[in-house]
Amino acid sequence: MKNRSMHGMRSWVRITVGALALLSVAATAAESPNSVVVEIRDFAFVPATLAVHPGTTVTWKNFDDEPHSVVSDAGTFRSGALDTNESFSYTFSKAGTFRFVCSLHSHMTGVVRVE
Amino acid sequence: MAFGMGGTLYTLAGGVLTPIDLARAGESGDGGARGAIALCVQLSDTHIGFNKDANPDPGGSLQRAIDLVNALPTAPALILHTGDITHLSKPEEFDTARQLLSGLKVTELHTVPGEHDVTDAGAMEYFSRFGQPSGGKGYYSFDHRGVHFVALNNVMQFKPGGLGQLGAEQLDWLAADLRNRSASTPLVLFAHMPLWSIYEPWGWGTGDAEQALLQVRRFGSVTVLNGHIHQIVQKVEGNVRFHTARSTAYPQPSPGVGSGPGPLKVPSDQLRRALGVTEIALAAHPHSGGLTDITLE
Repeated sequence: MKNRSMHGMRSWVRITVGALALLSVAATAAESPNSVVVEIRDFAFVPATLAVHPGTTVTWKNFDDEPHSVVSDAGTFRSGALDTNESFSYTFSKAGTFRFVCSLHSHMTGVVRVE
Repeated sequence: MAFGMGGTLYTLAGGVLTPIDLARAGESGDGGARGAIALCVQLSDTHIGFNKDANPDPGGSLQRAIDLVNALPTAPALILHTGDITHLSKPEEFDTARQLLSGLKVTELHTVPGEHDVTDAGAMEYFSRFGQPSGGKGYYSFDHRGVHFVALNNVMQFKPGGLGQLGAEQLDWLAADLRNRSASTPLVLFAHMPLWSIYEPWGWGTGDAEQALLQVRRFGSVTVLNGHIHQIVQKVEGNVRFHTARSTAYPQPSPGVGSGPGPLKVPSDQLRRALGVTEIALAAHPHSGGLTDITLE
């Protein structure tokens, strides 16, 4: 009896967790599509910090009159100079924390958390 | 004088660089640079490839700067380009710049990279054209007329959120390069980013420059020439004279004015006054040499 009761509770927990997970996936799909845009404006990345799921493509687009670049600290990605209205995209396939900087103006920094 | 682009003339007098006004140097009756030997002209921030409102034709303004240099009463032997030759490190920008610069009537062109010149992976475009003197490192030294010139690279070891960097390897090289030189040797150091902190929030400085400056302090005459900020800022500290040159392409805002160090649009009839080059001369006698900034107007 005892065992069965425990089993029953576990099943309930499992189902509940599963339902929450489904809800979570649905919410994620609605709020966070597979692509995200980071704007580069007034010598800043906007947003400078973002959290995405694996498989997300992040696109950085430069709106300044001055070129900027997007270079990962760890060397994972590197854009080269982006002139006005040019953009660069990278698809994050693995979880991790990816810090990046503009190699032309190293006071401009940002981070992508893939989780 | 009708020269509206920025420039600086440097003259060494009695081993010490003192400023002279190049615009006055050609006038009769003025001491100016008379008796001085033209040492070099500094060009900076030519930004070939830039095409925004602040200057739709940086190639044209570089050509004007070249014409101005070629017309100087005393021809300089050397040109120092303190970086940002190009705007986006593109091969065609480098090719255009090189073609224009080949119109200079000087025997030697010495360059250091700016951060705009090294945005491609491996900085191949810059180093394939200008990397030979430094073995692909961007820093090197040479002598001319008894003056020791040191080219430094502070645009490739940037730290996020920080300033330009020279790095330990380059600092070690500098120490070795200077070790056996007499303190009476005049030194000219040139690098793209300022070797002193002008405005840190915009990265207008070099984080480890002090370690380089400690090594040159024993010398009697040190001139530090930089670009990057597209305007003249200067100071003297002991025997060290610091000077930043104007751009030949477009001006930038004063430190901290506006959202960042982008191109500054000035009325087009005032643009040439905001651009320029710097001439450096070696004086034949004291009190007659120095640095002169010339505008491209």
